[in-house]
Amino acid sequence: MSVLVFAEVDKGIVKKSSLEAVAYGAAVAQKINAQVAVLVVDDATETTLAALGKFGANKVLHVQDSRLQAKLAAVTAAIITAAAEAESASVVVMPKSSLVDAAAPRIGIRYKATVASNVTELPEIEGDVWSVLRSVYTGKAFAKVKLAGARKILTIKKNAIVPTEGSGTAAVSTFAPSIADGNFELTIQKVEKQTGDILLPEATRVVSAGRGLKGPENWGLIEDLAKTLGAATACSKPVSDMDWRPHHEHVGQTGIKISPDLYIAIGISGAIQHLAGVSSSKVIVVINKDAEAPFFKAADYGIIGDAFDVLPKLNDALKAVV
Amino acid sequence: MKILVCITHVPETTSKIKFKDGKLDSTGVNFVVGPYDDFALSKAIDLQKELKAKVTVLNVGGPETENTIRKALALGADDAIRVNAEPTDSLFVAEQIAAIARKEQYDLILMGRESSDFNGGQVHGMVAELLGMPAIVPCMTMTFEGQTATMTREIEGGKEVISCALPFVAGCQEPIAEWKIANMQGIMQARRKPLAVVEPAPSDVPTEVIAYEMPPERSGCKMIPASDIQELVRLLKEEAKVI
Repeated sequence: MSVLVFAEVDKGIVKKSSLEAVAYGAAVAQKINAQVAVLVVDDATETTLAALGKFGANKVLHVQDSRLQAKLAAVTAAIITAAAEAESASVVVMPKSSLVDAAAPRIGIRYKATVASNVTELPEIEGDVWSVLRSVYTGKAFAKVKLAGARKILTIKKNAIVPTEGSGTAAVSTFAPSIADGNFELTIQKVEKQTGDILLPEATRVVSAGRGLKGPENWGLIEDLAKTLGAATACSKPVSDMDWRPHHEHVGQTGIKISPDLYIAIGISGAIQHLAGVSSSKVIVVINKDAEAPFFKAADYGIIGDAFDVLPKLNDALKAVV
Repeated sequence: MKILVCITHVPETTSKIKFKDGKLDSTGVNFVVGPYDDFALSKAIDLQKELKAKVTVLNVGGPETENTIRKALALGADDAIRVNAEPTDSLFVAEQIAAIARKEQYDLILMGRESSDFNGGQVHGMVAELLGMPAIVPCMTMTFEGQTATMTREIEGGKEVISCALPFVAGCQEPIAEWKIANMQGIMQARRKPLAVVEPAPSDVPTEVIAYEMPPERSGCKMIPASDIQELVRLLKEEAKVI
């Protein structure tokens, strides 16, 4: 019996959300007395993969077939299902991501496993019956959900667990499943991706701005502050609707939902649709010149002030300490 | 071309969510078509005009969802099906949609990227898997050339451009289509459009909600004068310990 963890590597580095998934898988494995196998499909060095042992992996299955690295949901589902079968996995743990979101339901059907997405804590386990806490009502509540069946699939919301680095080395081996052609029905014609910056869903800190910034030409202030903090940049819905910023930066009800350690909102009034995307941030700082902005009620720290005055000063003050 | 749009019946976004006796307390809650499903529906209405498609709306829910289904018909969908069952589990809902799709042979199955109540985001992928179709989620744009669609799918930090031949499933999000507003004629016509009620197909229900919890409340906002930025930095470092 084993716990299978699916981990993603971006530009040679294991994504933070994937390290959390490995740590989560290791904690579950301890509860059910199982081994932890980690499946990696992306390019990564053997050293990087072996180091997953520090987070609790016993072994790493590395898929090195470039045809299988296509990031297609059906292909990924087929690879993960094959690995789960090879490892007799009683649970597959995956970090929430655009690829995992698309693959998880397919694995659920193929591996005849019960799927729980958006899981925020470690499960309570009584034999085959597990219960997990899931984020529901778009961050407004949690549901404790009982999962039946001998096999489970859990997708983990960011910050569900804090990975701690121990010692240990995982044994790395090549995994070469045979994947049926039917899984390649889609064609990805091209990928347009920002380069160099921190990916928003992965970020520990996020600096976000709204209409209060007055125009896209003023985003340099946001980018400077983000750079100082090692943060990703985000925006409110009106800002993405007006094309000041791309949609993949829009956080909120109909955008991306994030749960960073620190969320700084500048010139965002805090409509309920916006809060839905950011309310699970650990610490929220709101900077707004309108003392009546509803966002202050949902924040931990607030400054009533003009963004153009506050931001440069905040940036200077932060530079001195981070 | 036959399009199936699967909609959820969910509390309007600004609703206060509270629970009573282990269930959502629906007192004073206004239920609507799910916000992501609204994008799917709006896209289907666009395709209805562009490609002369027939649009069927499907909801898995009790009789109380019929008002929401009529709202979708008022926007221009041709007919509707209600599967008479509580939508308590993703697999159960997906099995219901798949059972109807096997009979009706839709060319395109649209729905929202996720429901705004349970936020599972599983149903599109499960339906696609059960029917042996590709699924594109979250789908942000969709244009057709003959039987093939070119779509953009949002990924972390960017997007993918994907091409796919019919039939397929798409889980939609903005800005795939402009939200539609029903006019009086649409509302009148919706009352007479066919709404079939069918009993659920047998299916497993592997998950069950046993309790709801509210998120911990924040302890209140500490206000810092704009003239004392140093104090904010100190609090973030020493009190919140996030920098």
